[in-house]
Amino acid sequence: MGSKTRKIKPLQSRDCNNCNAGAKLSPRNTGHTVIEFEEVSYGYSGTGPLLSDINLKLAPGSFHFLTGPSGAGKTTLIKLCYGALVPTQGRVTLFDQDVRQMTRDDVAHTRRKIGVVHQDVQFLDHLPVHENVALPLTVSGKTTEVSDLSDLMEWVGLTGQMEALPPALSGGERQRAALARAVIMSPDVILADEPTGNVDWDMSQRLLKLLIELNRMGKTVLIATHDMNLIRAAKAQVQARVLRISDHRVQLAGADL
Amino acid sequence: MRRRFSSLVSRDTQADRVVPPTGFTARLTVFASGAMAFLAVFALALSLATGRLADQWSDALAQSATIRVSAPDGQVDQQVLTVMEVLQTTPGIKDARVLTDSEQRDLLEPWFGPDLPIETLPVPRLIEVIEEGEGYDPEGLRQRLAGEAPGAILDDHARWREPLVRAADRLRGLGVVSILLITLTMAAMITLAANAALAANAQVIHVLRLVGARDRYIAGAFVRRFTLRAFSGAAFGVIAGVLAILFLPSADVGGGFLTGLGFRGWHWILPLAIPPLAGLVAFLATRHAANTTLRELT
Ligand SMILES: Nc1ncnc2c1ncn2[C@@H]1O[C@H](COP(=O)(O)OP(=O)(O)OP(=O)(O)O)[C@@H](O)[C@H]1O
Ligand SMILES: [Mg+2]
Repeated sequence: MGSKTRKIKPLQSRDCNNCNAGAKLSPRNTGHTVIEFEEVSYGYSGTGPLLSDINLKLAPGSFHFLTGPSGAGKTTLIKLCYGALVPTQGRVTLFDQDVRQMTRDDVAHTRRKIGVVHQDVQFLDHLPVHENVALPLTVSGKTTEVSDLSDLMEWVGLTGQMEALPPALSGGERQRAALARAVIMSPDVILADEPTGNVDWDMSQRLLKLLIELNRMGKTVLIATHDMNLIRAAKAQVQARVLRISDHRVQLAGADL
Repeated sequence: MRRRFSSLVSRDTQADRVVPPTGFTARLTVFASGAMAFLAVFALALSLATGRLADQWSDALAQSATIRVSAPDGQVDQQVLTVMEVLQTTPGIKDARVLTDSEQRDLLEPWFGPDLPIETLPVPRLIEVIEEGEGYDPEGLRQRLAGEAPGAILDDHARWREPLVRAADRLRGLGVVSILLITLTMAAMITLAANAALAANAQVIHVLRLVGARDRYIAGAFVRRFTLRAFSGAAFGVIAGVLAILFLPSADVGGGFLTGLGFRGWHWILPLAIPPLAGLVAFLATRHAANTTLRELT
C-alpha cells in the first residue's frame, strides 16, 4: 500500500485547485459548506415521505459516514447530494447553488465537482476499463495524460485490467474502477454508496484507505454503508462523523459505535 | 477509413465512441436516406421539366393571336383601321400592331420565294395581338369584329394549349409537393430511427449524465451519427438518380414531354443540394428527438 500512496500525486497536480488542498488542516472554502440541506424532505411519488426535516452541512474536507437500515434512504440522500433528485420540501444547496434553480447544464457541471461511486456501479460496457475511468474527462472535453491514467489505475490496483471490458470485472474490481472514475476529475467531494458492498474485508480496508487518502488531500468524503466494522476501522484513522438515518431523520450518532 | 471520414465531419470522434456502434440500423438509415434522395431527384426533374413546359406553352399562348383582314381592294385599309379601333377598346389587350410589308414578306418567303410582289397581290393584312393580364374574351371579340369589320378573322389557334398549361402547372406543383413529402418522410424516418437508438442506449445516456456530460454532448453524439448517415446515404441516392436521368433516351428522338425529363443548364446543380438538405433534416430531427428524450432524464 505504501508504494501506492505516492502514485496519487498526479491526481493532485492535475488541477491547481488542489495544489494547496494537500494541507488537510486548511481546506479551501473555509466557512462555506459544499453540500447543505435545510429542512429537506423527500418522498418518492405515491409513497409517504422517506426523509423529512433534514438539516445537514458537509464542510469542505470533512469525512462522514451515512448509515441506517436497508431501505432507510441512504441512496436517496446521496442522490439528493448530486442533483439526481430534487427535494419535495426544503432546500438543497450544492456549492452555494440551490438545486431547484439549477439548469440541466448546471447539474452536469456540478457533477464534475462531485465524484460518485454508485451502489449499482454502471459502466459503458462497450469501452475498455481505462476509457470508462477517463469518461468524466472525456465528456468535459479534457484529455487524459496516459501516465496520469496509469498512475491512477495502479493506485486502485487495476493495471492488469486496463484493457478489459467492464462486464469482465469482478465485483471488487468494479468498485475500484468506479472509485477511480469518481476521482479522476479531482472533484471536491466524493460520495460513495456502499463502496465495499461486494468485497471481502481486506479489499474493503484497501478501498477505505483510498478514500482516507483522498480526504487527507482535502476532499470532502461521504460514505454510505451499514458495515459497522468499516466505520470503526475508519475512526481509528481519521476524524469521521457518523450520520444515521432512523425514523426518516438524520441524526449524529454518538460514541456508542 | 470510416473513422477518418467521420473525423473530417466532426471534431469529436471520442464523443462518438461513447455511444456503441450499431451496424444494422446504421445501414438501414443510410439505405432509406439513399432511396429518398433517389426519389427526390426524380421529383425535382419532373417539377423542373413541367415547369419549363408550362413556361414555353404560356409564352406561345401570349404571342400567338393574330387577326387576318382580307377584303376587296380598297376596303382593306379601312377595315384594318376599324379593327385597330375595336382592339383599342377591348379589355385584356395590351397592344396590337399591323405587320409591315417586309415582315409579311418574311413570313411568306419560305413558300413563295424572295421576289414576291406583295403590294400587288391580294394578300390579307396581319395584325398581331398582344394580350395582357387574364387576356381577352375571344368570343366577344369575334362577334364585334364580325359586326364592324366583316373581313377580319381572329386566329387564336394556340388557345387549345391553355388546359395543357394548367396541367403542366399542376404537375409542377405536384413535383414540389412530392419533394416536400419526401423531406417530411425523411424527417419522420430519422426521428423513428433516432428514438430507437436513444431508447436502446438509455443505459449509456444514464451513465454519461452521471459522470457530468451535458445534454448537448450526449445529443451531439447521436446527431453527428444520423446527420452523417443521412448525408452519405443521400449522396449515393443522388448519384444513382442523376445517372439514371443522364441515361434516359436522348431528347431529339421524338421530342415531347417524356424525353424532356431531365435537367438543363445550371439546373444540374440542384440535385447537389439534396445531400446537405438530407443532412440538415437528419440534424434537426435527431436533435429534437434527443432533446425530448434527455429532458425526461435526471
Ligand atoms: N425510484 C424509486 N421509486 C420509488 N421508491 C423508491 C425508489 N428508489 C428507492 N425507493 C424506495 O425508497 C426507500 C429507500 O431506498 P434507498 O435506496 O434510498 O435505501 P437505502 O438506505 O439506500 O437502502 P440499501 O441499504 O438497501 O441500499 C426504499 O423503500 C425503496 O424501495
Ligand atoms: Mg442504497
